Amino acid sequence: MSEEYDNNKTSYQAQSSEVLGGASGTTPSDMDYVRPAEIPEQELYHAHSFIEKWVFCQDAKVIGVQYFLTAVFTGVVGLILSWLMRLQLGFPGLAGFMTAEHYYQFVTMHGMIMVVYFLTALFLGGFGNYLIPLMVGARDMVFPYVNMLSFWMFFVAVAVLMASFFVPGGPTGSGWTLYPPQAILEGTPGSGAGILLMLISLSLFVIGFTMGGLNYLITVLQARTRGMTLMRLPLTIWGIFTATVLAMLAFPALLVSSIMMTLDKVLGTSFFMPTIIKAGEVLEYGGGSPILFQHLFWFFGHPEVYIVALPAFGIVSDLISVHARKNIFGYRMMVWAIVGIGALSFFVWAHHMYVSGMNPWFGFFFATTTLIIAVPTAMKVYNWILTLWRGNIRINTVMLWCLGFIVTFVNGGITGIFLGNVSVDVPLSDTYFVVAHFHMVMGIAPLMVIMGAIYHWFPLVAGRMLDEKLGKWHFWATFLGAYSIYFPMHYLGFIGVPRRYFEMYDSPYMTSGVGLNEFISLAAFLVGAAQFILIYNIIKTLKTGKPAGKNPWQANSLEWFTSTVPPEHGNFGDRLPVVHRWAYDYSVPGAKEDFIPQTTPPSEVANTEVEKT
Amino acid sequence: MHAGIIFLLVIVGSILFHIFTPWYWTDIASNWGGMDDTITLTFWVGGGVFVAVCLFMIYCVFKFSYKEGRKVEYKPEDKKLEKILTWATTLGVAALLAPGLVIWNQYVNVPKNALEIDVMAWQWGWQYRLPGKDQKLGTTSPMFINDDNPFGINIDDPYGRDDVMIQSDIINLQNNRPVKILLRSVDVLHNWYVPQFRAKMDAVPGTVTFYWFEPNKVGEYEVLCAEYCGVGHYAMRGGVEVQNDSDYQNWLGQQETFSDLIAKQNDIQIEHNKIAKKKDLNIKKDIYIEN
Repeated sequence: MSEEYDNNKTSYQAQSSEVLGGASGTTPSDMDYVRPAEIPEQELYHAHSFIEKWVFCQDAKVIGVQYFLTAVFTGVVGLILSWLMRLQLGFPGLAGFMTAEHYYQFVTMHGMIMVVYFLTALFLGGFGNYLIPLMVGARDMVFPYVNMLSFWMFFVAVAVLMASFFVPGGPTGSGWTLYPPQAILEGTPGSGAGILLMLISLSLFVIGFTMGGLNYLITVLQARTRGMTLMRLPLTIWGIFTATVLAMLAFPALLVSSIMMTLDKVLGTSFFMPTIIKAGEVLEYGGGSPILFQHLFWFFGHPEVYIVALPAFGIVSDLISVHARKNIFGYRMMVWAIVGIGALSFFVWAHHMYVSGMNPWFGFFFATTTLIIAVPTAMKVYNWILTLWRGNIRINTVMLWCLGFIVTFVNGGITGIFLGNVSVDVPLSDTYFVVAHFHMVMGIAPLMVIMGAIYHWFPLVAGRMLDEKLGKWHFWATFLGAYSIYFPMHYLGFIGVPRRYFEMYDSPYMTSGVGLNEFISLAAFLVGAAQFILIYNIIKTLKTGKPAGKNPWQANSLEWFTSTVPPEHGNFGDRLPVVHRWAYDYSVPGAKEDFIPQTTPPSEVANTEVEKT
Repeated sequence: MHAGIIFLLVIVGSILFHIFTPWYWTDIASNWGGMDDTITLTFWVGGGVFVAVCLFMIYCVFKFSYKEGRKVEYKPEDKKLEKILTWATTLGVAALLAPGLVIWNQYVNVPKNALEIDVMAWQWGWQYRLPGKDQKLGTTSPMFINDDNPFGINIDDPYGRDDVMIQSDIINLQNNRPVKILLRSVDVLHNWYVPQFRAKMDAVPGTVTFYWFEPNKVGEYEVLCAEYCGVGHYAMRGGVEVQNDSDYQNWLGQQETFSDLIAKQNDIQIEHNKIAKKKDLNIKKDIYIEN
C-alpha cells in the first residue's frame, strides 16, 4: 500500500500546488466552486510491520476499534458485576459468597466502569476515532502518534483498574462517587490498595484522554476537507466535538481531586479530611472539607453526563435522518442546542448536592439552571420526532434502536425534571428513584444509540451486513427488558427505599417491594444475556454475512464514500472528497434518487429544489 | 407495523402501571405535603409530555413506514414551529420550577419556634441531644468526645450543662411542634432520613448541617441512613416516636442531662477513689505484714 502512496505523491503535490496557486483558474460564479484548501495535505506514516499495523497502530480507525474492544471488555465486566448485584437485591442469600463488602465493591466498580471506562471510552475513543476523520473528510487524525499513545494510556488505565480486583482488600467499595472521608478510611472495603489503584487509574485515564481529545478537537477544526464548513458537519461530529470540549474542561477537575485524595491517603494531607474520630481515636487529619471534593467531583461529574449524552444525541440524529429518508429537522437548532447544552452543563453541577450540606441557598441557583437546560434538550427531542413526521421510515434494526432511544431518553429526561427541581429532589434523592433515573437517561438511552450505531456502521467497518432478524430479537429483548427494569424501579424510590443498601431487613414499606425486586432482577438477567445475541451475530456475520458493498444505507455523509470498504489507511484514495452540501439532502424533490451525497456538485442536481447546500 | 404496536403497548402499560401500582409513597407524617403536591404536578405535566411525544412517534411509525416512492416532505426548518415549541417548553418548565422554589424557600427558612435537636452520627449509629431548660444547646467539638462525654459537649459552656442526652438510636418528638435537626458526624458522611417525613440532609464531619420539619402524626417511624457510609450503611437504622404533649413531657422528664451524667461520674469517681484507697491500704498492710 505504501508504494501506491509513493506513486501518488506527485499527484498530491500537483493537487496542493493547484490549491496553493489560488483560484485563478476558476471563478466564484462557477456553480461548483469550492474554496481551495489553505494548507497542503499531511504526510501519513504507513505501518511497516504487523505490530505497527495492529498493535501500536497510528491509523485512527484501528485505534477506534482498539478503544471499542477494550471498552466493550470493561463493559462486559460491568455487566457481570450488575448481575451479581441484582442477584443479591432480588434473591438475598442465594449467592453464598456475597458479603456486604463484596456488594459495595461491585456497586462501585460497576458504576465507575460503565460511566468512564465503557461509555466515555466507547463514544469518544471508539466512535470518535473511527468516525471523525472519515466524516470530516480527512485522511487521519492530525496527531496520529499521540493518538496511538492515547489508546495505550487508556489500556494501562484499564489494566490498573482491573488489577485492583486482585490486590489485598480488593477494589474500592466507596461508591462510584468516591466521597471522602469514607473512601480512604477503614470501614469502607478496599480503602487501602483498592482506592489508590482507582485514583491512579482515573489519573491515567484523564492523561490518555487528553491526548485523544486534543486530536479530536484539532482534527475537526483544522483537517476538514474542502467545502466542509462547520455548518455542514454531520451532527455526529458536532456531538463528539462538543463532548470533547466538555471533557477537556471537566476532566482536570477529576484529575486534581484524584491527586488531592491520593495525597490525603498517602501523605496524610487534609484537603478533604476534617477532624475525625474512629474507634475512639482522633485521626491525624483536620480542617479539610468533604464538600470541596463533592464540588470538584460533580464539576467533572455533571459535564460527564453530557460527555456521554452529546455524542449519543449527534449519532442518533444522523441515524434517524438516514433511515427516515428525511433531512434532520431544524439542523441549526440542533447544533445550537448541542453547544448550548454543553455550555450550560458547567453551571448545574450542584444539583447532585441539594442535600449534601452545602449552603442551602445554592439550591435556588442550581435548580433554575438545571431546569433551563431542559429547554434545549426538549427541542432536540421535538426535532427527532419531527424528523420522523412525513418521512419514509425504514423500520429496520437501526431505526428500532433509535425509537427505543427516544422512549427511554424522554422517560429519563422527565424524571430528571423531578430531581433537578430542588425541593422535589429532597424526598427522592439517595433513593432508587435516582438509580432508575440515571440508568434510564444515561445508561439505557446512550446504550440504545451505541447499538443502533453498531448495526449502522458495522457494514462499513467489516464490509458485511449484520443479520436483521437476530438484530430485532436483540433489540426487543434489550428494550423491553431494560424498560421493565427501570420503569418500575422509580416506584421503589417513591416508597423511600434508599440506594446502596445491601439488605432491606424488615422495614414494612421496603418489604412490600420484594416481589418487585425479584422481577427487576429477572429482567436484568435477561437483558444481560440478550447482549450475547449481538456477539453471536457479529461472529456469524464476520464468517458468512452478506457483503455490504458501498453505501448500503444510501447515506450522504463522507464515511460511505471511501475508496474501499472497509476503508484503508488514508481513507479516500488518491484525492480527498470535496463537499458541496450538508449531509441531510434526503428525498429532495426533483432528484432522481432519495439521497444526494455531500460530494455531489450542484451542477449534477441542478433541477432539484435543494434549499441549502 | 408490529413495532408500532409493541411501542404502543409499552406506553399504555406504563400508564396502567402508574394508576394501579401498589408501590407508592408512604403516608406522609410531616408538614412537607407541598413536596408531594409538586411531585404530583410534575407527574401530570411530565407524564403528559412523555405520553404525547411517544404517541406522536408511534403515529409516525404507523403512518410513514417505508413505502417505495412515498412522497417525503423536504423542509429543513420551520422557524415558527420551533419558536412556538421553545416558548411552550419554557413556560411549562417555569410552571414546574416555581412551586419547587417556593417550597425550597420554606425548607431553608426554619420557623423561630422550632425545637433544635442535635443528631450525632457515627459509623454506625445515632444519638440525640435536646436543649434543657435554657432552650439552648451547648457547643460541642469532636475533640471533647470521650467515655465520660459521649457528645463532646464543651464543659466550660454553661448552656451545655442542662442539655438532655439520649444515648439511644430512638428519639421521641412532640406532635405538631416543628423541629430543627442539627446534624453532625464524627467520621464520615451520613444522612438522617425518615421516608414519612420526606425531608433529609447529609451529616458532614467538620460542620453542622440542618433541616426542619413538623411531625403531624402520632406513631413510630424508622430512621434510615441515606448517604453511603461504609459497609454498615444498610444496617444504620434508628427510630422516631412522635407523641402527643403529655406522653412527650413524660418521656422527657425521664431523660438524663449532662449535669446528671457529670454528677454520676463524679460519684463513680469518688467510689472508685475509695476502692482504690482501700486497696492501697490493704496493699500497704500486706507489705507491712510481709516485712
